[in-house]
Amino acid sequence: MPNASSTVHRAAVGPVTFRARLDGWTLTAVVIATLVAIPVVVVMASVLVPAGEVWRHLADTVLTGYVVNTLVLMLGVGAGTLVIGIASAWLVTMCQFPGRAVFEWALLLPLAVPTYAIAFTYGGLFEFAGPVQTGLREAFGWDRSDYWFPEVRSLGGAILVMSVVLYPYVYLLARAAFLEQSVCVIEVSRTLGREPWRGFMEIALPLARPAIAGGVALALMEALSDFGAVQYLAVATFTTGIFRTWFGLGEPIAAAQLSAVLLLFVLALIVLERAMRGGRKFHHTSRRYRALPRYELSGGRALVAFLICFAPIFLGFLLPGGQLVAWTAETAHKVVNLDFLVLAGNSVMLAAVAATIAVGAALLLAYGQRLKPGPVLGIAARVASMGYAVPGAVIAVGVLLPFAWLDNQVDGLMRSTFGVSTGLILSGTLVALVFGYLVRFLAISFNTVEASLGKVTPTMDGAARTLGLGAGATLRRVHVPIVSGSLLTAALLVFVDVMKELPATLIMRPFNFNTLAVRAFELAEDEQLAESAPAALSIVGVGIVPVILLTVAIARSRPGHWSDLG
Amino acid sequence: MDALTLENISHSYNGSPAVDGVDLTVGEGELVCLLGPSGCGKTTVLRIAAGLEELQRGRVFIGQSEVARPGASVPPEGRGVGLVFQDYALFPHLTVAENVAFGLKGRPAVERQDTPGEMLDMVGMAGYAKRYPHTLSGGEQQRVALARALAPRPRLLLLDEPYSGLDIRLRDQVRDETLRVLRMAGISTLIVTHDPEEAMYMGDRIAVMRGGRILQQGGPAELYGAPVNAFIAKFLSDVNAMHGTVEGGVVPSTFGCLGANGADEGARVDILIRPEALSLGDSETAKTATGGGSAAATIVAVHPLGHSTIVDLRMDADGTELRARVPGMSPPAAGSRVSVALDGSHTFVFPCADPTS
Repeated sequence: MPNASSTVHRAAVGPVTFRARLDGWTLTAVVIATLVAIPVVVVMASVLVPAGEVWRHLADTVLTGYVVNTLVLMLGVGAGTLVIGIASAWLVTMCQFPGRAVFEWALLLPLAVPTYAIAFTYGGLFEFAGPVQTGLREAFGWDRSDYWFPEVRSLGGAILVMSVVLYPYVYLLARAAFLEQSVCVIEVSRTLGREPWRGFMEIALPLARPAIAGGVALALMEALSDFGAVQYLAVATFTTGIFRTWFGLGEPIAAAQLSAVLLLFVLALIVLERAMRGGRKFHHTSRRYRALPRYELSGGRALVAFLICFAPIFLGFLLPGGQLVAWTAETAHKVVNLDFLVLAGNSVMLAAVAATIAVGAALLLAYGQRLKPGPVLGIAARVASMGYAVPGAVIAVGVLLPFAWLDNQVDGLMRSTFGVSTGLILSGTLVALVFGYLVRFLAISFNTVEASLGKVTPTMDGAARTLGLGAGATLRRVHVPIVSGSLLTAALLVFVDVMKELPATLIMRPFNFNTLAVRAFELAEDEQLAESAPAALSIVGVGIVPVILLTVAIARSRPGHWSDLG
Repeated sequence: MDALTLENISHSYNGSPAVDGVDLTVGEGELVCLLGPSGCGKTTVLRIAAGLEELQRGRVFIGQSEVARPGASVPPEGRGVGLVFQDYALFPHLTVAENVAFGLKGRPAVERQDTPGEMLDMVGMAGYAKRYPHTLSGGEQQRVALARALAPRPRLLLLDEPYSGLDIRLRDQVRDETLRVLRMAGISTLIVTHDPEEAMYMGDRIAVMRGGRILQQGGPAELYGAPVNAFIAKFLSDVNAMHGTVEGGVVPSTFGCLGANGADEGARVDILIRPEALSLGDSETAKTATGGGSAAATIVAVHPLGHSTIVDLRMDADGTELRARVPGMSPPAAGSRVSVALDGSHTFVFPCADPTS
């Protein structure tokens, strides 16, 4: 009988192929993470460079204004999205009133409208010569001095337009939280005799706090990174300051230092959000889900609920969308020409390239993490997905500075060695632009890809490997086909975000290279609002795609399990 | 020559040891069962053999080739080892035939063409080639997984708890079919299981693992008849456990004196008696019987199982409750007085492992 103790020691016979432990996956992940981290590191490091005169000038003149405006903007948008998001989410999950089922998805529609697009349309609608004020004057026979009308080009205007397009972040997460907790606690609170309002304030809202904090943080990150809306509405914030310093004053280092201060705001936001979560997620004691009997509203109450849900959709989607359609109808015949198609082509090409690269990089990162779970790849993934919190203008500054430096080094080297000037190889090219998009949007693709890979059981890997496939072939023949749907979703999300992106594109685009977003912004800046509408409307149209994806995902999945798609 | 040799394998996860100095071989054409309770490290041993777990200590040979030593290893795809997973891990995006053909990449066209069909034929799934895995039952999936693992004609087949996902009736049937297929293929096999009956039924040889170590290896009869410690005796079947003390080189018990099995004088010992070691006689014998492996008892309860009957007994001498398994369906009724005889070959005495027990 064979026995372990009788095992003889043998030497390996014939050539044995041992494979080295240091694998390319870890290396790839680390390289991706390092590249993506460069812009933030550069911006942060710029603080160490003495900028002297310019900085003192900025500090004396505009810095306080930037800080105050940015803070007020954050507070205002935070409060606005909070109220709209929570109220609408509570009504559609807990109450029954006419239109509720439609509102459930329609409340997401304003997500499709970029902040700059709604700023242009509101500017056009509510300015002195706009249809609203003109209409009022004609109707009542007023003159310029007979009435007061709120100035849309103001901090208050910026807060309003951003709130009505950014509240869906709060709505999405709050709705998920309310649905999740519904069966476990709300019914209990009802059976214990709590009135609806007290049940909401004492139980539902505190339980949903982590999710709501997350939603507000997302909305505020968008607000912080906005450039087009505040620029158009003449509100001086950090993003407009970065632009002015970079292009107007020609002071890249000072622009980078302003970016560093803006990053502090982002950091504070992240810290605040963690604190609001209380360092934990609430765990639900029950895993049972079933349709919750909603409060039946009727008469006046139903009308109020209807109006509360309709107002944000009207203000954030129907009104700006309708205006864009009207303007487009007016100007399409002269604006939509070959040049317009070139712009659209540029946008689509950039978005497609960036989406492909972002999904590819996300796949490598997530798969590397799966192969070698551990601190190195964990940190790499974290670093690589932090770009989403960083405003596009900051990323642009952080990309262009090192690229320009590299170009100069290469140029200097080539000149001294061969007497040839290579000029700009990277900065001011599409390479820099696509890289900037990758930094900013890798998080979106990574989160989606990671979540989908997580659903492929590890035994799939084991089965493919023991059947003779290497790690790379396993990824190609097993994982990619299984998660292809999610890869497409991830690509689509990045695609749409690149189409909408304005500040990074404005700063990094090659000379004379325009996209739909850039053209819409430039025409609006020239007060050719009607002419800018076709481009803006195209972007809104593309932006509806992820809203549809979200709606489908919501309809398909159980409550609480789709929030990661947001 | 052995198909698999594991030499002094040790493995720990984040500092807590899972496998501790395991030596194990699987001979050519042999079917070895690695048996142990969950968490004993048996699946880790299997994963190390397949190359899915990085080897920390020891050496691994497939055939005569060394495939792993600490710091260097042949990746799983280079080992020629087939593995059937507990959850079968069929690729959901491929048909049954494509699943089976998956491991044949790079083989001659003829082989890629013919093998999947042959394999599906062998496991009785020939009609299912074009189906997708999610349309198959658990037993069918298991058979496809087996066909897929066998298709590249590996030197060694590893099965991880292959029947745990199946309900009991199906399990017996699938187990028989698998055994038939494995014998037909004549392949060296290592099966990991927590089910002693499964190991006894299938294994040419069984290695019992606990706490990361192999406690005993041997044929089913050897393990059953001569377990080396109380754990193995208890793990392989139900036992009546009693305690005793070594006095004068023997262990006095209700059934007379038992051998001390090397335990020290005065030491406390576990006495393990299999239910089938107890046989019942009529009460007249009991009255006259004095020791000599027989004692009087009262029947407390009777549980007929069909092929045998479980009888719960209370011993007259000290009130100990014992369980006997007797053949057939016609034991005396509850409340009857009987004499109980002991078959010494199914009775084991071990020094107490745990002094408090």
